[in-house]
Amino acid sequence: MENFALEISNLRKVYSGGTEALKGISLKVKEGDFYALLGPNGAGKSSTIGIIGTLVTKTSGTVKIFNYDIDQNVSIAKSILGVVSQEINFSQFEKVIDIVTTQAGFYGITKSLAKPKVEMMLKRLGLWDKRNDQARTLSGGYKRRLMIAKALIHEPKLLILDEPTAGVDIELRREMWDFLKEINNNGTTIILTTHYLEEAEQLCRNIGIIDHGEIVVDTSMKDLLRRLDVQGFVLDLEEPLTKAPKIEGFELRLEDSLTLVTAVSKDSSINNLFSELNNIGINVKSMRNESNRLEELFIEMVKK
Amino acid sequence: MNDITNKTILITLWTLTSKEIRRFMRIWVQTLVPPAVTMSLYFVIFGSLIGPRIGEMDGFDYVQFMIPGLIMMSVITNSYANVVSSFYGVKFQKSIEELLISPMPHWVILLGFILGGVSRGVLVGIIVYCVSLIFYPEFEIANLALTLLVLVLTAILFSLMGFINAVFADSFDDISVIPTFVLTPLIYLGGVFYSINILPELWRQVSMANPMLYVVNTFREGMLGISDVSISFSLTMISIFIFIFTSLSLYLLHKGIGIRE
Repeated sequence: MENFALEISNLRKVYSGGTEALKGISLKVKEGDFYALLGPNGAGKSSTIGIIGTLVTKTSGTVKIFNYDIDQNVSIAKSILGVVSQEINFSQFEKVIDIVTTQAGFYGITKSLAKPKVEMMLKRLGLWDKRNDQARTLSGGYKRRLMIAKALIHEPKLLILDEPTAGVDIELRREMWDFLKEINNNGTTIILTTHYLEEAEQLCRNIGIIDHGEIVVDTSMKDLLRRLDVQGFVLDLEEPLTKAPKIEGFELRLEDSLTLVTAVSKDSSINNLFSELNNIGINVKSMRNESNRLEELFIEMVKK
Repeated sequence: MNDITNKTILITLWTLTSKEIRRFMRIWVQTLVPPAVTMSLYFVIFGSLIGPRIGEMDGFDYVQFMIPGLIMMSVITNSYANVVSSFYGVKFQKSIEELLISPMPHWVILLGFILGGVSRGVLVGIIVYCVSLIFYPEFEIANLALTLLVLVLTAILFSLMGFINAVFADSFDDISVIPTFVLTPLIYLGGVFYSINILPELWRQVSMANPMLYVVNTFREGMLGISDVSISFSLTMISIFIFIFTSLSLYLLHKGIGIRE
């Protein structure tokens, strides 16, 4: 029998103003999975995460974390859950080390037991040198790291990250990806929401797309990417052109005199395109994807 | 796996309480010094300068009569202010999420904030008492047990009221309205500076409807051995209000009013 880190059944949320944020969604995330939950703004991602973390009161439905119902076994369910919220949610006037130590205490970890854990976590996240700084003095990237340190200090079995790399520079984002991959490899189930679709593609094995309070896709990342019919390529040319060449089976568009853009269906081979271009004396200097593949699919899915 | 253990609950409670104490100790210039300075001014002006012209109040020197009232005034305002500002602060900074996501039961969250408020209230009460000894060194407490009991019960009661205020507060204005327009007038008219026996009958009866009168006078009974009201009635009423406000606070936390969407 498969073990699920998260099981959501018929989850519904109607806010006091009458907005139905979740229309009875059901979702299962396997133990050990790295799951992406995507959706446009206002789709219901944060409501879902809020309900799992008991920050939002659900209207109906059930949520189980490692088989513990958040209504019936709330303390146990919470003790194995870690949440990195979208917004900064620590006291800005406390020291970094105190914030993480206090967080450990909220999970019943004594100060003496927490001390080595906090040291290890702060070192792992590059915060050790800033341990005595007031949190408000940290840069945006370090504040994000602190949020992750806080969420992981009690070693949760399920970690939920709500847009953890929003506003973080590329270098730090890559560092965070490595860190998240590492803790996932060590057994922590991770659910991630993000607007950076490349992030989801890089990290996650399975994916759910939520739109207007409903799950419109729940599948593996590989399966989703297989559904993509066409890929866009940008070709940088060695010599300038005045108009786009006409080649049978390919639609070519000249973006500027040195850049050709084309869409290649999955039935066609890009080698044919290169041969044809070569035959008419056009040499390609370099090539890149026109845009993120997942981004195209995402837009297609939420348009339906 | 067993449900949350008593040891875990104790650790979480201690963590929150010590965080609350650390908070007001870190800003001691804003929390502990002002009552000492303000009360020193009261003792200088009303005690040493005007007091001798007033003469005795209920058989005591005026400064001596004022001491319990001024201590109570400090305890009430500081225990209330501590919880209302701290709990509204965690709501405003969203760090309340740390508490709500954690496995701490609601009653532990409430108790942690109340113990923080009680600690500040009691500490300020002790500071003001020490200041009063500068101006009236011969002061002796008549009934230490009753004094301590009323001190703690009052701090609990007003911490609970501060908590409820913070739950409903949506802005910083909301946390200053009740202390400014309700608590302060009731305290000043609640027998801090005078005995209600000196009032005309009508105003004496009106004063009997002021809950502060019972708190101040019960504390005065403990410190000086005199009171304008029945001590058993006052203690019963304080206990009933603590019960009502505790139940209401737990209900608000359970329903998530003001803290959950």
